Amino acid sequence: MAEFKVAPADASAGEKFMTWVDNRFPATKLYKEHVSEYYAPKNFNFWYFFGSLAMLVLVIQIVTGIFLVMNYKPDAALAFGSVEYIMRDVPWGWLIRYMHSTGASAFFIVVYLHMYRGLIYGSYRTPRELVWIFGCLIFLCLMAEAFMGYLLPWGQMSYWGAQVIINLFSAIPFIGPDLAILIRGDYVVGDATLNRFFSLHVIAVPLVLLGLVVAHIIALHEVGSNNPDGVEIKQGPKDANGNPLDGVPFHPYYTVHDILGVAGFLFCFTAVLFFAPEGGGYFLETPNFIPADPFKTPPHIAPVWYFTPFYSMLRATTDQMVNVLAVLIGLGAIANLVKGPGSGKVKVGGLVAAAVVIGLLKTFEAKFWGVAVMGGAVVILAGLPWLDKSPVKSIRYRPSWHKLVYLVFVINFVILGYLGVQPPSEVGNVVAQVGTLIYFGFFVLMPIWSQIGTFKPVPSRVTFKPH
Amino acid sequence: MKKIFASLLAALCVVTGAQANEALSLDKFPKERIHDMAALQNGAKLFVNYCLNCHQAAFMRFNRLKDIGLTEQQIKDNLLFPTDKVGEVMKTSLDAKDAKAWFGATPPDLTLIARSRASESGSGADYLYTYLRSFYRDETRPTGWNNLVFPNVGMPHVLWELQGQRAAKFVEEADHHDPAKKIKKFEGFEELTKGTMTPQEFDSNVADLVAYLQWMGEPVQLQRQKLGYGVLAFLALFTFIAWRLNASFWKDVK
Repeated sequence: MAEFKVAPADASAGEKFMTWVDNRFPATKLYKEHVSEYYAPKNFNFWYFFGSLAMLVLVIQIVTGIFLVMNYKPDAALAFGSVEYIMRDVPWGWLIRYMHSTGASAFFIVVYLHMYRGLIYGSYRTPRELVWIFGCLIFLCLMAEAFMGYLLPWGQMSYWGAQVIINLFSAIPFIGPDLAILIRGDYVVGDATLNRFFSLHVIAVPLVLLGLVVAHIIALHEVGSNNPDGVEIKQGPKDANGNPLDGVPFHPYYTVHDILGVAGFLFCFTAVLFFAPEGGGYFLETPNFIPADPFKTPPHIAPVWYFTPFYSMLRATTDQMVNVLAVLIGLGAIANLVKGPGSGKVKVGGLVAAAVVIGLLKTFEAKFWGVAVMGGAVVILAGLPWLDKSPVKSIRYRPSWHKLVYLVFVINFVILGYLGVQPPSEVGNVVAQVGTLIYFGFFVLMPIWSQIGTFKPVPSRVTFKPH
Repeated sequence: MKKIFASLLAALCVVTGAQANEALSLDKFPKERIHDMAALQNGAKLFVNYCLNCHQAAFMRFNRLKDIGLTEQQIKDNLLFPTDKVGEVMKTSLDAKDAKAWFGATPPDLTLIARSRASESGSGADYLYTYLRSFYRDETRPTGWNNLVFPNVGMPHVLWELQGQRAAKFVEEADHHDPAKKIKKFEGFEELTKGTMTPQEFDSNVADLVAYLQWMGEPVQLQRQKLGYGVLAFLALFTFIAWRLNASFWKDVK
């Protein structure tokens, strides 16, 4: 326990009050540790706006969500009408609803850019593995939150999108069909589904999400932020007070800096909100303006844009693709046997494991492996800290051709996203299959390719040009 | 690596190209009508007189028509049955079961019809503007009417007295996807009887009706955009201040 302090007799009322509080709750200590004396590298660039922007969007979603719940009715017979009631009869209801619907897409844009930043600057490398893993869990929560929230307007796309995605779970061997019924609470998506999704969307997932965000930030502040140079400022020179010379206190330097980011973000956000709230049919999909009808399937069911890269990979996993995967896993195990590291035992173990996986691949139907591929595409992100064997963190000091690898990865991700929006086609399917292999190849082969090439010397101090 | 990328891009072009062919060509709805109060009012009148007999607009209240320049008294005198109240939503007197029996399908709610019919071919308004002007006589259909945009639609040509009756001319043509099949290709309309309006008047009135439908899909849309300019102007100023504030703090960091 900290020692009990007594404010000097001539102290101001404010100081006396804070002394009283600090003796009972570490308010000043927390403020110093996380804000006024949290030293962040001074060379943050554009990419470092997206962390604080993700927080901003989270707050927007929570606050608008609170007001939406005041007027929304989670009832299959009333839900659609209650959303229109919000849009028409609730004072400023349209603004709140559009903030929430645009905010959902904005959240994913911001989070994808935030994750991309981590990727190019190696922000997941030691000692930031847990920061990254908490982040991956946040991303998973966000996907669950978005998926369940999308059912609530109870339009055609809400309904059929949920129907399709929940049916995916029934492809899981043994427990699948029961699991799907457990999720729906019924044999088809219905009132029970709407009620439980409402509960999960407004209470359960946000609670977990908030907890994870706190963990993400505590872990970050424990180890300190990475930066575009991938240099550890804590290991660099320090000033008289022991603070890193390459760091600046978060407040005021990064608070004013983030205000600038917030202003720029809000400009783009409100431009969409006021002039194109449907986001060209991507943020609010056209069929969702028709009430859910269990007897009428829309001609083309596509998930919202932020899920489509993963959805593409799911669709790409056909019987033929499973064969390709089986061959690749076999070749990988053989290559490991011939040239891989580790003892003979490990190598043989790898071969046996590969044989088991190939056996399983051919045992269960492709539909299940599609689900596994989609899930794996998200989960594999969490493995990055251990997959990346590059001697430097930041892309700035990697061989130039690494930049090309990242470029291909990003373009591939966008192409997969595009294909996921489109109705299935033969050519599209082949492209998506190649895209899926590129996506997984990027991660699975990372331990190999991330070590190859001539790396540039990493400076001992961050590169910073005074303003 | 570059080769893979190039072939990916090439494949992508093929994908998009293939889809563009199937797109339906829609006439362009004259967008400026949405800002024309007289047009919206005429559209509301047409809507109440012609559409509301079978369709409803269950999320639209009559008194919201004040937003397009009508007074409550005008709404009561011209658009409401004496028994209706001005705060009520636009319900139809047609029973849903009867409608299903008569037309084969319950006429859809029209509140959001303009928003729900948008597609890659055009906006929802473009669709409605083309649809309402594409009816033709077809004695093989139960109602005696058919539609080019929505083949075998259950709805008859409600505005036929205004437009007059038309027949559609088709020619048989070989299907280039499958030479064994023939497809019917639309050649043009043929006037059978004259309507009370000239074709120009009819198009203009349909445009007014569609403008109303588009407005009804989101009555706040005009106000929303107006407010948007103010918000963007404020944020532009705020961004400038934030930029200068940031610069003034950071000038000390060496």
